[in-house]
Amino acid sequence: MEALRVITGIAAPIMRSNVDTDQIVPSKELVRVHSEGYAASLFATWRYIGDRTINPDFLLNQSPWRNAAILLSAENFGCGSSREDAPKALRAFGIRVVIAPSFGGIFFNNCFRNGVLPVELPIDEVQCLAKQAIDGVVTVDLESQSVTAPDGQRFGFQSPGVLRQMMLAGVDEIDFILSLSAPIGVFRQTDRALRPWIY
Amino acid sequence: MRSARGRRQWQSTADHVRVTGKRKSPLPEADGDTRSVAVSQTFFEKLWDQHVIAHLGQDTYLLQIDRLLMHELSGAQPLRALEAAGRRPDSPRQVFAMIDHLVATQPDRGIDDVGPSGGAQMIRDTRILSKHYGLTFFDTDDARQGIVHVVGPEQGIVQPGMTVVCGDSHTSTLGGIGVLAWGVGTSEVEHVLATQTIVQAKPKTMLVRFEGRLGTYVSPKDMVLHLIASIGIEAGIGYAVEFGGSVMRDMPVEGRLTICNMSIEFQAKYGFVAPDDITIDYLRGRAFSPVFEHWDAAVAYWRGLRSDSGSRYEREVVIDMTDVAPQVTWGTNPAHACAIDSVVPQPRSFIDPVERESVERALAYMQLEPGAKLQGTKIDVAYIGSCTNGRLSDLRAAADVLKGRRIAPHVLGICIPGSTVVKRAAEEEGLDLIFKAAGFQWHESGCGMCAAGGAHVLAGKRVIGTTNRNFEGRQGPGTRTHLASPVTVAQSAICGEIADPRVN
Repeated sequence: MEALRVITGIAAPIMRSNVDTDQIVPSKELVRVHSEGYAASLFATWRYIGDRTINPDFLLNQSPWRNAAILLSAENFGCGSSREDAPKALRAFGIRVVIAPSFGGIFFNNCFRNGVLPVELPIDEVQCLAKQAIDGVVTVDLESQSVTAPDGQRFGFQSPGVLRQMMLAGVDEIDFILSLSAPIGVFRQTDRALRPWIY
Repeated sequence: MRSARGRRQWQSTADHVRVTGKRKSPLPEADGDTRSVAVSQTFFEKLWDQHVIAHLGQDTYLLQIDRLLMHELSGAQPLRALEAAGRRPDSPRQVFAMIDHLVATQPDRGIDDVGPSGGAQMIRDTRILSKHYGLTFFDTDDARQGIVHVVGPEQGIVQPGMTVVCGDSHTSTLGGIGVLAWGVGTSEVEHVLATQTIVQAKPKTMLVRFEGRLGTYVSPKDMVLHLIASIGIEAGIGYAVEFGGSVMRDMPVEGRLTICNMSIEFQAKYGFVAPDDITIDYLRGRAFSPVFEHWDAAVAYWRGLRSDSGSRYEREVVIDMTDVAPQVTWGTNPAHACAIDSVVPQPRSFIDPVERESVERALAYMQLEPGAKLQGTKIDVAYIGSCTNGRLSDLRAAADVLKGRRIAPHVLGICIPGSTVVKRAAEEEGLDLIFKAAGFQWHESGCGMCAAGGAHVLAGKRVIGTTNRNFEGRQGPGTRTHLASPVTVAQSAICGEIADPRVN
């Protein structure tokens, strides 16, 4: 897991609800993506006109937002398909934190495994950040679980304990779980006797 | 974690006393302190407890995974990563891989044939590495090939009481057979390959009860679309959802799979129906079902899994299906559904500004006028298939409408059976002849054009289909997708426009 403690950067507001993973990375990008790099696939339908002509109206094609490290959005961000290309493309573009009132559950988990921190804040706090995003940088601190707006206002958030600790320390999740071989072995010995048809 | 293990009690359904000394649930208890009282358990709680290896703090647990299913789109990458890391699958006998997402569906396809988006290398890598690691693998030309969520129950690979994951959000489908099944990302697939476990936050519980009587031509697809439109696109965030009530009790397994398939469409990662006699009858004699004494032990175990009477859920929803019409979507998410005989909503009727804007965007994309009748909207394509509605009962229902009739001349009709087993069974009954005589294309099985497999064919078209997602661009650039049941799609194909199957 890529370590993340404090991120300070430009926060780009894409204040739409239900931004699904087909919007974050369209299906047709899922195969092609590996030769071109993930960043080029991010929001491909919105970012480009036709195949790869830059759409000047799309926020992330404009200054300063093209250098955003933080993305702001509305409810249910990342709903839909489980494609991990979605957080991979965000990360490759430079987005380290997504702040929204709620997230699709699979996407939420995928973010941690790809160096992107999903932060849940109430909609009025996200809108407060969105309104002053042009005024300066936003700081997200995973250690203290707080977001600081350009005007200095601070908002607290909660991240799942284990994932937060693994992200703070940059732990390899598989190595960590493999170190728990003793309880896993005990579980399976008992379980195999109770449900032999499973194994 | 010993205390969790102590709560395995499936052999005795009469005894629901929780073992004392267990951790205090981090979730809000419905009735305050339940630490020392006798508590009934829901199906979900029984399954969860039985699979806890360790409590990792707060609401996060390490769970045993009984089955990992894989397909080439989300399987090739974690298999390569596993190999690159020098690791091996922990439990290869519990991992099943197949080819469904990228493979072409045209008749006489070769084993590596793909659509225009490519991906043949992902098929080859999945094949080579699955064989290398000794996983059970169904290749493109295997008689058991098909969409992973169709094949799992069909072959008896998934059985009640199991935890099952797959790198695909529609893994919730499998809940229809009484398993706890959910979609994961490719990193988690790699994690399960390497450890046969997963780190997971415990969700809250919700019961959705479908009551009343289904009207003519109202199917499980209509039930779940009506549910999502009623409770909202986000209602399932953080919940594991059990489907119950009188309508579910009598429903065959295939219908239950359809409903659980779309639980992710209101953000419930897990949707399920507790196993009963219908489930047990369905599994008897399937290729990977337990046999001999293991069958008897398994059945005894399965019978103990249903939610105990008096068990509590953190949310309960009752949906009365009486007088509910066949449903069709008008917008760009599955909650944008309504009765087929109603009209496109007015954006101004939505109070929340973000929602109003989203409805305006949806109608602009769908090229629909507020207040217009949905019936009579001209369609270009009628699509039958997918993990939602690609099973034999779905094809039978559609064929029943199509029999002796022709689809409208301007409509492209496509049927892609959910598995090769479904396709062959349909052909044995002569359903393929009905589809073809009506003017439908009859394909090999696979995910086909549900995601972007047919983007070049469906670009800019208006499609009515039995799939599960009507997102912008999901089926191709500018493709406008209306979700509906197999009979509604068949009827619309004949009329050349969105049409009510009840009006013949």
